[in-house]
Amino acid sequence: MAETGSVDTIVGRGNRDGARLFREWFTELTEAAEEDRRGAYVFVMGSFCELLRVFDFPIVFPEINSLQTAVRHVAHEYLDEAEDYGYSPDICGYVKADVATQLRGGRLPMGRIPKPAVAVFTNACNTYIKWAEIWERMYGIPTFALDIPGSRTAGGQTWPGDRDFENDRRYVEAQIRELIPALEKVSGVKFDIDKLRETMGHQNTMSRGWSRVLKSNENRPSVFNALSDGTIFLGVANGFRGAPEGAQYFDDLVEEMEYKAANGIGTLTDEQYRLIFVGVPCYTIFRRFNELFTEWGGTFVNSTYLWFASGGTNLGFQYDLENPIESLAHGMLVSVRDAMDSMFFQSDILAEMVDSYHGDGIVYHPIKSCRTVSTGLADCRRKLMEDRNIFSLFVESDMMDKRVVSEAQIKNRVDAFFEGLATRRRQAAMAAE
Amino acid sequence: MAYAAGVDVGSTQTKAIIINEAREIVGRSLTDTGANVVMAAEHAFREALGNSDLREEEVEYVVGTGYGRYRVTFGNMQITEISCHGRGAVHMFPGTRTVVDMGGQDTKAIRVSESGEIVDFCMNDKCAAGTGRFLGAASSALDIPLDQLGPTALRGERPVKITTTCTVFAESEVLSWLGKGKKIEDILLGVHQSIAARSAGLLRRVGVEDEVTFTGGVARNVAMIETLNERLGLDVNVSEESHFMGAIGAALFALDHILSSRTPTRAATAKEGA
Repeated sequence: MAETGSVDTIVGRGNRDGARLFREWFTELTEAAEEDRRGAYVFVMGSFCELLRVFDFPIVFPEINSLQTAVRHVAHEYLDEAEDYGYSPDICGYVKADVATQLRGGRLPMGRIPKPAVAVFTNACNTYIKWAEIWERMYGIPTFALDIPGSRTAGGQTWPGDRDFENDRRYVEAQIRELIPALEKVSGVKFDIDKLRETMGHQNTMSRGWSRVLKSNENRPSVFNALSDGTIFLGVANGFRGAPEGAQYFDDLVEEMEYKAANGIGTLTDEQYRLIFVGVPCYTIFRRFNELFTEWGGTFVNSTYLWFASGGTNLGFQYDLENPIESLAHGMLVSVRDAMDSMFFQSDILAEMVDSYHGDGIVYHPIKSCRTVSTGLADCRRKLMEDRNIFSLFVESDMMDKRVVSEAQIKNRVDAFFEGLATRRRQAAMAAE
Repeated sequence: MAYAAGVDVGSTQTKAIIINEAREIVGRSLTDTGANVVMAAEHAFREALGNSDLREEEVEYVVGTGYGRYRVTFGNMQITEISCHGRGAVHMFPGTRTVVDMGGQDTKAIRVSESGEIVDFCMNDKCAAGTGRFLGAASSALDIPLDQLGPTALRGERPVKITTTCTVFAESEVLSWLGKGKKIEDILLGVHQSIAARSAGLLRRVGVEDEVTFTGGVARNVAMIETLNERLGLDVNVSEESHFMGAIGAALFALDHILSSRTPTRAATAKEGA
């Protein structure tokens, strides 16, 4: 529940509550695993948690589990195990860490995850499909791929009211209507539309809150670091999607961020540079990576990760609870499509972010593990340099494979980036005199 | 007369430069970095002092650069070699807008403004392909001294195609070409072309804008200059001081600091401290 009142209770509450919720979540997953209750395996870009909660599945996010092995500095053990099993070093690190987790009977540093009863996913990432096939082979479970139409004209979208949009929405709705009886069969639980309304209502609160939290960082000084704090918020946004705890968390988080904005409480005592992050964090040296920037007075005010890895929840889409299935299709279409656009059509989005968040520079972090989010970053960077002369850093590593993460090399690039930013600022000041 | 120094602690070699107020080089030194980075920096600085006939306290400000910049314990400030190579290159060749710095373990492409500030930069990733180390591997596989690689390669007429991007595998690929009866000069020309291709790729990522200045230890290799020129379709600037460009840039930054702030001398600072 929300603590109200003083700076001591409000400031930092999102991080504290986030950590607590994560512990509780893994305790529940461990209990499910011990009782041999099967879970629904889902991914962050289009998790359909609103629907899956109706069938009482314990929900497992393999991407989150895998990144946690990196944050806890044991990812190499999992990667090595999967590679020893036969997976190539070039395959997505998240997939390999999950394979090793399955080989270990679901055991992770945070607890134990249940085996899958079903996997539900979208086409937002092409690896999702191949990943789910691994569980299909391992456990003989049904897997459901929902095909969400993406933006179909170079960066353009169809919008509600367009004929094409309505076609797309009905296409997604038809898939959801096929999915429901399949989930009834797998879970043995009868579909309850009022329960769906309830989870969608919670999700409305979460989406609204997530959107407001992101917007609160337009404030100077920034009220949260989009890379460090933001990743905790993102974890709750995904893991508790459509849950009452998630709704309460985001109500509280909005209160915290707005309190910090109103009282001028920033993430750094001396915020010098406001940065935008593009890509997936370097979880192998998660804290240190961020420090390389904060040591120069740089803080991340926004990140495309908080957009695409929240499955487009950043839009703040509000479901129509009078027409839940139709609206679920509508919400999934616009949100998942937005998540894909946040990976594939970034340049306009980034230019807007720089303007609205008063960004001084952009940090691109392409990673070896993930072509989906990394391909095109070089083009995007070049375009923004040419169109807007936005200073940027291109630093390559990985999200969890420490064999391709070199802190010394990253630091060198980061230092040079800030030297360049300082020079630009000095020159701008001289020109203004 | 004010004196400033730059100490560039690279992965392979450490360079020190001392300049006077007129930005003239009055002392220099080059030493292998080795395992003791702190000692290498000190050694290079003392040797530069020795050949400039200056006492340590006469050098008012020292900037450390390179991977070991934070190990220049006597330095007053640290600046990355990316900024320093840019600054040094524009000082030596004022028309420079793009710099390619090829060192022992990394290659950098840097775009600079007319005053030498970084506009953009790009470096090879964690792999050392396309760097001086790649030449080192070829040197060791063919048993040819490093300084003979360039002249030997220039005698090549039918260069082989080096396909590996791994420095370690380069050695075995070189040996396999030898096994096929290829001439050493053709293999070496192929090695140089392979590095030039990777470097040109890096340069294109930041945008190649004439003039291009080639810096770093590998800039002393004549075949590397020629293959890079061919690949880029232009003539890169190369100075006798290319190897020292990072240290020169660092010394220039140090001099800026002296001239802009007239900070207390190192001797005075030491005295105050005492």
